[in-house]
Amino acid sequence: MDVTSLTIKEQHKMLDSKEISAAELANSYLVRIAEKEPSVKSYIAVTPEAAAKTAEAAQKKIDAGESTPLCGIPLAIKDNICTDGIKTTCASRMLENFIPPYNATVMEKLNAENIVILGKTSMDEFAMGGSTQTSAFKKTRNPYNTERVPGGSSGGSAAAVSANLCTAAIGSDTGGSIRQPSSFCGVTGLKPTYGRVSRYGLVAFASSLDQIGPIAKCAEDCGTILNAIAGYDYHDGTVSKLPVDDYTAKIGMDMKGVKIALPAEFYAQGIDDDVKTAVLSAAQKYKDMGAEIIDCSMPSLKYAVAAYYLISSAEASSNLSRYDGIKYGHRSDVSGNYNDLIIASRSEGFGDEVKRRILLGNYALCSGYYDAYYGKAMALKQKIREEYTQIFEKCDLVLTPTAPTVAYGINENIDDPAKMYQADICTVTVNIASLPAISTTCGYNGDGMPIGMSLIGKMWDEATVIGAADAFEKTFTRTEPKI
Amino acid sequence: MSSYIPVIGLEIHSELLTKSKVFCTCSAEFGGDKNSRCCPVCSGMPGTLPIINQTAVEYAVKAGYALGCSINKFSVFDRKNYFYPDLPKAYQISQLNLPLCINGLVPIEYEEDGVKKSKNIRINRIHLEEDAGKLIHDDLNGVSLADYNRCGIPLIEIVTEPDIGSAEEARCFVEKIALLLQYVGVSDCKMEQGSIRCDVNISLMKPTDTEFGTRAEIKNLNSLKSIYRTIEFEIKRQSRLLDRGERVVQETRRYDDNKGETRTMRSKEDAHDYKYFPDPDILQVNFTDEDLARIKGSLPEMPYQRLERYISAGIQEKDAKIIVNSKRLSDLFDDTLKVYNNPKSVANFVIGELMRRINLGEIDLEKLNFTAEEFAKVIEMADTEKVSKGDAKEIFREMSEKGGSPEEIAKARGMLIVTDTGKVLEAIDEVIAANEKAVNQYVSGDVKVFGFLMGQCSKALRGSATPKVIKEELEKKLKSLVG
Repeated sequence: MDVTSLTIKEQHKMLDSKEISAAELANSYLVRIAEKEPSVKSYIAVTPEAAAKTAEAAQKKIDAGESTPLCGIPLAIKDNICTDGIKTTCASRMLENFIPPYNATVMEKLNAENIVILGKTSMDEFAMGGSTQTSAFKKTRNPYNTERVPGGSSGGSAAAVSANLCTAAIGSDTGGSIRQPSSFCGVTGLKPTYGRVSRYGLVAFASSLDQIGPIAKCAEDCGTILNAIAGYDYHDGTVSKLPVDDYTAKIGMDMKGVKIALPAEFYAQGIDDDVKTAVLSAAQKYKDMGAEIIDCSMPSLKYAVAAYYLISSAEASSNLSRYDGIKYGHRSDVSGNYNDLIIASRSEGFGDEVKRRILLGNYALCSGYYDAYYGKAMALKQKIREEYTQIFEKCDLVLTPTAPTVAYGINENIDDPAKMYQADICTVTVNIASLPAISTTCGYNGDGMPIGMSLIGKMWDEATVIGAADAFEKTFTRTEPKI
Repeated sequence: MSSYIPVIGLEIHSELLTKSKVFCTCSAEFGGDKNSRCCPVCSGMPGTLPIINQTAVEYAVKAGYALGCSINKFSVFDRKNYFYPDLPKAYQISQLNLPLCINGLVPIEYEEDGVKKSKNIRINRIHLEEDAGKLIHDDLNGVSLADYNRCGIPLIEIVTEPDIGSAEEARCFVEKIALLLQYVGVSDCKMEQGSIRCDVNISLMKPTDTEFGTRAEIKNLNSLKSIYRTIEFEIKRQSRLLDRGERVVQETRRYDDNKGETRTMRSKEDAHDYKYFPDPDILQVNFTDEDLARIKGSLPEMPYQRLERYISAGIQEKDAKIIVNSKRLSDLFDDTLKVYNNPKSVANFVIGELMRRINLGEIDLEKLNFTAEEFAKVIEMADTEKVSKGDAKEIFREMSEKGGSPEEIAKARGMLIVTDTGKVLEAIDEVIAANEKAVNQYVSGDVKVFGFLMGQCSKALRGSATPKVIKEELEKKLKSLVG
């Protein structure tokens, strides 16, 4: 048996019973990383020293009988989450050598649980993209087929989990960046309710949409990680003061009487038949378990991608303005005045996709265009929220495909940003409406590529989302990728 | 030169006296070693988030009440985006459409051509924002260095309606604002430390015009003198242009203190588009009626209230105004009354002696060498004839120069009046013996010589007895001679 394919719960049991030490477990992953990482390219940095150090600390806790569910569990962290003393690059030349002087709140919380850190995972540059191909450093491959993309932007995290290069990983989700790569890589990823997890230390892309969440082998593991990272934080004014639930409380829940909505627009044109069939058969499975399937509608879905790109790009244009090469980050060798310096530093430091979003965002916020673009996008945000509110008056969960297709080829779509943006149709409304959602594998297509489905819940109701995903997972046999 | 009506509006920035900065916990104190008062948040590190300082919000509301404003129960913070090396995030957190305070009114009194006038200046709004850092240009080494200590110091911006009509009105208005902010306790308004700064918007119109002329904005004036001189200069400059049939260009200008003139900084075409949008990192401010009642209830006594109190205590209005118009002076006055409750006498000493020395530059109210208790004592000693009025002034001079208790100074310098009747009688006997002629004149009914004899006695006693005692004893003695 290979320990690297086990879940958090299974590894926790082994660690607690001293079947394996934290150092041995970490080492199993480091050995596998050495072997498989060259073909997956999921890590921007592997951190064996930090792994050894954190494993030692975890072992002490275990030996003292003070182990917690994540104690000694090897995790990988998306490279846009600040790690004190460990480079945090956002997969951008701009932050190639940036070493944060502080830990993200999520890191503080995970460290308090004595996780073992294996390294920092690749992503689309500044989390902008859905393929991890805009990474300036590691263009991650899909473990199910290395000629295909892992999805993105948390493609490194999802691929690493999928390829057993870590037990679980932390990602971030602005418009689907946890769920879509989880779907492409055949793993489970959770985007919590906006405000459930502190964003402090997450390098901002779009502040009103960004949320940190777990990517793991199963829904239960996602719940275990959420238990550790959720909750109030002084450093983030948008994080909720609501009490934190036990997010594994509904593991093994009975689906009888649970009302699941299927908005017709999510199963319309543009969604691959393979995907549609797999998700609808999952719905049937839920029905077999006693759930009630309810047809409904979300008319504003057709505007969702436009609204999402306006809001996220507008916020990004402002959030990314701080990278001027003065305080940290890439500074051009070009000499001249301040303007010359920032123009050169930003031109050299940012990749094309980031530049595209900055330009789009600036345009949307310009006086004279503000009302037509940003203003309208905010109105749509309100509309989408209202439509979800109406749906949730009658239902407990919404079931949709996670992405219109399975993972596509490495060089597909890269020259057609509009088409690539449209592929976010299934995920963006969740961020716009601040809702929690989980993606889990519901099938494989003819090429053996995973198909993901998403369960969207009411605000703060992660426990039900996780429980329902777990109920499906218990009926489904995952096929591991062969690398 | 034709006569034009100047139309002037001011934007006043004032630093708030909070202990910590507005969006992080760094000290907001003035000074400190370069970059010693900053943290990942105020230096704009990736991933950091602002947390709003509730005290700063309350101070801004207090300022609003002091300036007669209405408070918006619902208020929003916006990002003002622009690049400058002293602004680490490349946006300033400010307020655009929903500021904390609106629609205020500030009465001013001023003198023009020897005539006393009064006027109400309307306040458009007061909003809360953060200060930027400071650049230090090292010409010797050809570098510019950034000091971020000031980054994130809370500022209020007070924007007037264009109600100001002259340099003198502007000067009086700024003085009044500084006074009100000092009284309400939210700002020390020290111009030399940059804690209050002013932008002037000015245009001219003919008395027959129905619309305002084109305005120029003169930025960053940091003294009353420069505000006054800027307005005087601009009135002349714009008048000359208009007289020649030329047009005033809408532009931002800079004041050159050495030359006493303003110069173009940037024209309207180069004006920034700040691309304001609501800051997604900061929750909207919502006040309840209880919140506002509590803040309003915590306002200290304001200048007009003190003036009323002083006048009803019997102080002349003219003197009461002088005292009230300096918060330091008024505080000293009130503290003195707490020890020695004789308002008229203390006011006389304050106006007569303290103000005289202040005006001579001998006393600085910011750095007093004596306490209110000591100040009270010296006035009380003069009033109770423990020292002579003249000596009281001398004691006060020493106190204010070197410090020390008035009693000890009086004792050491032999100024204490001892009413030793024996000594007085002795002196009277000596005077009578030495002035036989005058005594005889008195005895024969020529009482006019009493004054002469009295003077001789006082001279002999050299201030060691009060005139009252001398007079009583001398009269008694002389009457006994008349028999």
